[in-house]
Amino acid sequence: MLAVKDINVFYGAIHALKGVSLDVKEGEIVTMIGANGAGKSTILKTLSGLLKPQSGSIEFLDKPIHGKVAQDIVKRGLVHCPEGRRVFANMSVEENLELGAFLRKDKKGIADDMASVYKRFPRMLERSKQLAGTLSGGEQQMLAMGRALMARPKLLLLDEPSMGLAPLLVREIFNIIQEINQTGTTVLLVEQNANMALSIAHRAYVIETGKIVLTGAAEELASSEEIKKAYLGG
Amino acid sequence: MNKRFFLGVAISLVFYGVIQALITGEVLNDSYVDTLVIMGVNIILAVSLNLINGFTGQFSIGHAGFMSIGAYVSAILTTNEGYSFPLALLCGCLAAAVAGLIIGLPTLRLKGDYLAIATLGFGEIIRIVWLNNDYVGGASGLNGIERVTDWTWTFFLVLITVVVIQNIVKSSHGRALIAIRENEIAAESMGVNVTRYKVIAFVVGAFFAGMAGAISAHYFYGIAPNSFNFMKSFEILVFVVLGGLGSTTGVIVGTILLTLLFTYLQDFPEVRMIIYSLILILTMIFRPKGLLGSVDVSKFFTKKGGASKDGGTTTTP
Repeated sequence: MLAVKDINVFYGAIHALKGVSLDVKEGEIVTMIGANGAGKSTILKTLSGLLKPQSGSIEFLDKPIHGKVAQDIVKRGLVHCPEGRRVFANMSVEENLELGAFLRKDKKGIADDMASVYKRFPRMLERSKQLAGTLSGGEQQMLAMGRALMARPKLLLLDEPSMGLAPLLVREIFNIIQEINQTGTTVLLVEQNANMALSIAHRAYVIETGKIVLTGAAEELASSEEIKKAYLGG
Repeated sequence: MNKRFFLGVAISLVFYGVIQALITGEVLNDSYVDTLVIMGVNIILAVSLNLINGFTGQFSIGHAGFMSIGAYVSAILTTNEGYSFPLALLCGCLAAAVAGLIIGLPTLRLKGDYLAIATLGFGEIIRIVWLNNDYVGGASGLNGIERVTDWTWTFFLVLITVVVIQNIVKSSHGRALIAIRENEIAAESMGVNVTRYKVIAFVVGAFFAGMAGAISAHYFYGIAPNSFNFMKSFEILVFVVLGGLGSTTGVIVGTILLTLLFTYLQDFPEVRMIIYSLILILTMIFRPKGLLGSVDVSKFFTKKGGASKDGGTTTTP
C-alpha cells in the first residue's frame, strides 16, 4: 500500500532522515518507535506532504506522492493526524469534524461517517456543540482522531496519540486504534509508548537518529533483549 | 437565499432611506454627511482587514497601502484619463487586489511578527512610491478630483462589502480560513491549501481596501501620500481590535463608535494618538475578544443559514 524508498529530508542544514525505507501493507498496523528526535514525526510529515524529501521516492497505492502538496495526498486517502492533537480550539466539536471532511463533496457519505465517528466516540456526540478548546486532553485526542477519520482515510498516520494522557485513557485510545484497524483502515503509528504500540501492532520499525536500525514482527521486537533495554524500560 | 438575508438587507435599506430623507430634508448638514462617508469608508477598511487579521489570523498592518492604490488608480483614471467613476472604481479595486497578490505570495510564508513587519514595510513602500512620483503629484498629491461619491455610493458599497465578506466567512472557504487561524498544521493535514487560502484572504481584503480608497478620493477632492501612512494602517487595526477580531458586527460597531469619537476629537490631534493607545490597552485587558464578544447579528447578511459560528468571537460556555 505504501512504499517508501531511501528518502532524505533536511531541516535547513540538518540531515533529519538519512535514507529511510519502509513499507506498509493493506490492513496492517505498523508502528515506528524510537527516542525523541529520532525522526519519527519527520517521517510522517514527509509522507503527508507537510515536508518535501530531497531525494527518494514515496509510493502510495502504486502511485508516486513525493513532492505532491498535502491536499492531493489527503484526497488519495493518506491522512495525517498530527502530534499534539491540534484541534481547532474556537470551533465546536461538530465543526472540527466537518473540517475533517473538507475535501469531500459527498454529503451522504459525510453524514454517514459523522454518525459512525459519533458512535465510536460517544463523548463527542455529547459535546458536539461545545468548543473543542474546552475539552479535556483525552477528548481532544479522540476529536483529532475522529476528525482524521472524517477524511475517510485508507491509511491513517497517527503521531503520538498517547501523548500526555493518563494510563487508563492510553489503553482506551489504543483499543480504539485497533477497532479502527479492524474496520478496514490501515494504520501507521508513531509512539513513545513502545510497550503499548508493540502490543497492538503487526510490525514495527525502530528509528535512531534519522535511520531505521531494526525492523520485524511486533512480537519479536517486543521480546528482543536489545529493544527491551533501549525502549521498554528493562 | 433565505428570509434572514432579505430581512437584513431590508433593514439596511430602511436605514439608508431614513438617512437619505434626513439629508434631503436638510436635517443633516454637510458635516454630518462627511462623517457618514468617513464612517462608511472606515467600515469597508475594517471589515476587509478583519477578513485577513480576524478570520484568517494573518497579522497584516499594511492596509493603508492597498487603500492608497485604490485611491490613486481610480483618481488618475477619472481625472487624467476621463474614465467614468464606476469603471475607475473597479480598476482601483483590481489594482489593489493585484498588489495584494504580489505582496501576499512572498510574505504569507511569514508568520506573526515577521508578517506584520513585512506588510508594514510594503505599506510604506507603496506610500513612498507615490511620494516620489511627479505624475501623481509627489508630496502634495492629486488635487482637483471631481466629487462623485456621496452617502448613497458609500452606503451601497459598504453593503456590498459586508454581504460579500460575510458570505465568504460563512461558506466552506470561510471555514478553511478560520481553520488556518486556529491551527495551520492541522488545517493543512486536513487538506486545506493553506497558502492559497491565505493569499485569497489577502487579495479580497486588498480589493475592498482599494474600494475604500476610491470612495474617499472621490469625496474629498484630493489625496496625498501622507494620508495613507502607517498611522492610517494602525487606525484600521484599532477599529478591528476594538470591535473584536473575527466578528463583523463588532468591527462595524467599533468603527462607528471610534469614527464618531475621532470626529469630535478632530481639533485635538495630539490627544488622538493617546486615545488610540489607551483604547488598545483597555480592550486587551477588559475585552480581549472585542467590544461585542460573542454577540453576532451579522448572520442577517449571509445567504447561508447560521449553522457555523463566527469563529473566535464565541465565548467559552
